Amino acid sequence: MSTLGLQKSKPGAERMFSASRVILLVLLIIAIVLPPFLSPYYLYLLTTIMMTALLAASLNFVLGYGGLLQLHHAVFFGVGAYTVALVLTKTSWPFWTAVIAAPIVAGFFALLIGWFCVRLRGLYFGMLTLALGQLVWAVVYKWRSLTGGDDGIHAIPVPDYLASPTSVYYVNLAVLVISLIILYVIVKSPFGLTLVATRDNPVRSQSVGVNIRRHQLAAFVLAGFFAGVSGVLFVLIEQSVSPSLLYWSKSAEILIMCLLGGMAVFMGPTLGAAVLVILSMVVGTYIDYWLLVLGLVLLLLVLFLPQGVLGFLQEKLSGRKTGEGGERDAAS
Amino acid sequence: MLQVEGLAKSFGGFKAVAEARLHVPKGQVAAVIGPNGAGKSTLFNLITGHLKPDAGRIVFKGKDITALAPHQVSRLGVSRSFQLLNVFPRLTVFENVQVAVLARLRQSGKMFTPARKLVVTETTEVLDKLGLTAYADRLCTSLSYGDQKVVEIAISLGSSPELLLLDEPTAGMSPEETRTIVQLIKNLSGSEGLTILLTEHDMDLVFDVAQRIMVLHQGMTIAEGRPEDVKKDKAVQNAYLGETG
Repeated sequence: MSTLGLQKSKPGAERMFSASRVILLVLLIIAIVLPPFLSPYYLYLLTTIMMTALLAASLNFVLGYGGLLQLHHAVFFGVGAYTVALVLTKTSWPFWTAVIAAPIVAGFFALLIGWFCVRLRGLYFGMLTLALGQLVWAVVYKWRSLTGGDDGIHAIPVPDYLASPTSVYYVNLAVLVISLIILYVIVKSPFGLTLVATRDNPVRSQSVGVNIRRHQLAAFVLAGFFAGVSGVLFVLIEQSVSPSLLYWSKSAEILIMCLLGGMAVFMGPTLGAAVLVILSMVVGTYIDYWLLVLGLVLLLLVLFLPQGVLGFLQEKLSGRKTGEGGERDAAS
Repeated sequence: MLQVEGLAKSFGGFKAVAEARLHVPKGQVAAVIGPNGAGKSTLFNLITGHLKPDAGRIVFKGKDITALAPHQVSRLGVSRSFQLLNVFPRLTVFENVQVAVLARLRQSGKMFTPARKLVVTETTEVLDKLGLTAYADRLCTSLSYGDQKVVEIAISLGSSPELLLLDEPTAGMSPEETRTIVQLIKNLSGSEGLTILLTEHDMDLVFDVAQRIMVLHQGMTIAEGRPEDVKKDKAVQNAYLGETG
């Protein structure tokens, strides 16, 4: 039996894989030694990128791998951030309870919303995520006595050891790396393979015995959980929350990050997050119309790089042609 | 093994299946024949739970499966292939079968073990059986149409079924590819002892492989039994065999 041959991937893919591992390792080392050489502004910029990258990666888990049109992912990000804010300002519970509660509460919201959404397909699924998400936003916006309404909650107390920008940076880096590794392991697991199968052919998946609704709901909740983790990071960085965190335009930004970096490549959304955060913060300070720049970027992207920046690069480097091969890497 | 009684299904007034009955004994190859639009595919969709019947009963191994969802029917040991290509185009051939094997062994939910290390033996066994081992690492879409139809059957076998439903397994195939499929069906039924129910247009193929034939005409079962008897049946000759010569 040629079991050995089966487990080996194609030589091109393997070279690609190890090359990208080396690149990631180098990036990680740079990220670890960099902070002393950075001005507070750039430290803040990098920290924000890492927090946003986790958010984008969590969306891509349902969007890219699950093929679920999650149009309002920011809700779980906002719910996570608000959970931390509320626990730390309204209760006397210790800090760590807030940190642990936030992703769980976000995952619970994902369970509630997802339970309804997985009954629908395609665009209808998307419309329902949007509608239910905006409902959560409206509650946060209107429930002034609890959430502070459009003022949000400010000066959220964090422990002293998390007061310096450098320590927040390292916490973000560690959480991002650990979360990405967990997501990557799941993508490579039977759960991930089956998720891709339900994306490509739901009817057939059902026929071989996959309970697709339950599978999709599980993916939805996982993505919501990690969006909640990203919400915790947000509070550490900003020490404030506002309803705009879970407004639909925030979700649109995350969607664009996934498109920009490439949904079919695992690290694509991370790159997309970096590009978009830099654009909004750096370009935004020089040009008043940064949304115009964003629009142009999106236009060029759709026209010339439909598979995203990283998707394009991977295709070029592995010498493969556009099309099925490139998209295949979503699963590999 | 499979018993269908008085099955009916209409779509907005159109009776796709009106009065279907069927008996598939264990270990046999049974065929459902009938002209286009006779309701063959609808019958399959009813059996596998993709459609809910308006009336009638479907019993598999003594258990009423009429109201079950597709994944539940599959888990009981009924697996099907589809008339049109219905594979996972962006997965490799190996992964196509692996998805089915994982689902059967209830391992689809595992999150922290690499998929490439799981159920390799079971998956390889199916690939070997169908001669797909050489294509294991190829993307499904990169295969020829005929080979993809074999993958189609391989996915169904990944569920390790007791009853295999094949919906026009040779549709759109060259004569040579058709011969491969016929051989495959005979092997599965002969050496593996698999019970097979198929629909087919090709009469020669049906009378070659089937031990039992049901004729569906405008949604109604007009004859059911051994091939020789069905051939002689007056109603069948009028409705179907006569027309096609």
